[in-house]
Amino acid sequence: MSGASATAVGGHESKFAATKRSDNWWIGPVLTACGLILFFGYLTVRAFQGTWLWANPYVSPTGAPPLFTPISGYPGAIPVSHAWLGAFPNWWPKFLPQSPAFFFPGLAITFRFTCYYYRKAYYRAFAASPPACGVKGAPLKYNGETKLLIFQNLHRYALYGALFLLVCLWYESFAAFFKNGEFGIGVGTLVMFINATLLSGYTFGCHSWRHLIGGKLNCFTCDGSSKTRYKVWKKSTWFNERHMLFAWLSLFWVCFTDFYVLMVSTGGIKDLNTW
Amino acid sequence: MAQRTFKVWRGDANGGEFKEYTVETQPGMVVLDGLHRIQAEHASDLAVRWNCKAGKCGSCSMEINGKPKLGCMARLNTFEPGETITVQPLKAFPIIRDLVTDVSWNFEQNKRIAPLKTKPRDADGNHRMMQEDVDRVQEFRKCIECFLCQDVCHVLRDHKKHDQFVGPRFMIRLAQLDMHPLDTEDRIPAARKELGTGWCNITRCCTEVCPEHIQITDNAIIPMKERVVDRFYDPIAWFIGKVFGSKKS
Repeated sequence: MSGASATAVGGHESKFAATKRSDNWWIGPVLTACGLILFFGYLTVRAFQGTWLWANPYVSPTGAPPLFTPISGYPGAIPVSHAWLGAFPNWWPKFLPQSPAFFFPGLAITFRFTCYYYRKAYYRAFAASPPACGVKGAPLKYNGETKLLIFQNLHRYALYGALFLLVCLWYESFAAFFKNGEFGIGVGTLVMFINATLLSGYTFGCHSWRHLIGGKLNCFTCDGSSKTRYKVWKKSTWFNERHMLFAWLSLFWVCFTDFYVLMVSTGGIKDLNTW
Repeated sequence: MAQRTFKVWRGDANGGEFKEYTVETQPGMVVLDGLHRIQAEHASDLAVRWNCKAGKCGSCSMEINGKPKLGCMARLNTFEPGETITVQPLKAFPIIRDLVTDVSWNFEQNKRIAPLKTKPRDADGNHRMMQEDVDRVQEFRKCIECFLCQDVCHVLRDHKKHDQFVGPRFMIRLAQLDMHPLDTEDRIPAARKELGTGWCNITRCCTEVCPEHIQITDNAIIPMKERVVDRFYDPIAWFIGKVFGSKKS
């Protein structure tokens, strides 16, 4: 026996980030923070630009579905004929860019922000509450989700918005098979199709969806409707077990889809297609 | 024969210190074996709780290199050769001595959860359940009550909210009862208030440390949070409940 050192009870220090972990526990939260800043930062910039969202027949998920679209001053803007309510109205504040991202696509932000997976990600990465398992968290007053963060309980309403958005994005994906009324297929069509697929995987693994669709039942075999819901719940469980994977894949692909449309729209790359 | 150095916390509630012990090791040994060898060769008064040595009794919970683990399931060959292994008692509970903590608080939490209240029996005097209805509950019954999830939960570990949050282990217990197909008890108001579902910020550490690989967060805590939302936070669900009456289904 050798080497004795006086320490706190149990050897547990109380200062921020104190731990006896010998692995690189900080890599997870650092990578998460970098990923979130990179992807959400990119989407925020693109949302405020409001430009290069359209490369006929492709529409960027940053602007889809468009409620309004600018008439002029925004190169690569979605055509007025494609917007649900046409051009931006006169009452639109001058200090805000005329970006369709401020309407329906914003629903995706609320869905991801209140998502149970992303909550874990940003509570760890940004609030250090805790930064990693067995690592002392930030010395902040902790109320969990009982006070300021109580709104997280309304995640299911963000889900309703996301389901609506998903239907719209699937519609846009199928619409991307038609250019000026002519059927065809291009790389952009596939990019949009993969985007809708990955977003479906993310949405149908949502914990609130899984609860509402069947998890709230205690008897899965009591009647025909509960048996059907059980089957859907089982499918949802498969996606739910991969929720983190779909969360990151779909986030990356939303950014990639937007970037692809941006590049085709600006002429930076040529879209390979059958038209 | 290889040697391994252990840094073991020795002391009680009044304080203590880390002491280093070096012992001979053999292939197949686990951390608990190392502690037993320390007891045999260096410190016969080293306090460590253990029982089955098979990862099923949940007695030998401790913190090994800062991670809550079962001493009997932490194989020495999973550590780097020559790496000193630091062993500490659980942080979330009062220390008794050395590696032994007083986990009796947990058993008090169990008493706060209303027990199973079954439906009336069928006409032939039997209760009937289908396998699909109890699959979820059976996952929770794998719990060995090692309390590693309680220890790693920062709500208890760092914020000491023992009087407001019962912890992940009892969120499992709550879910196990509330999802039971024969149960009729309403635990949702208690889940929200006394048992504290809102204190969990779902950072999933409980799931990461569970030696039985129970999906505590996804299958117990979040579903219970959602059931609380149904009752207390969702205006549409609240309205439907008022109009059509809420009942366990």
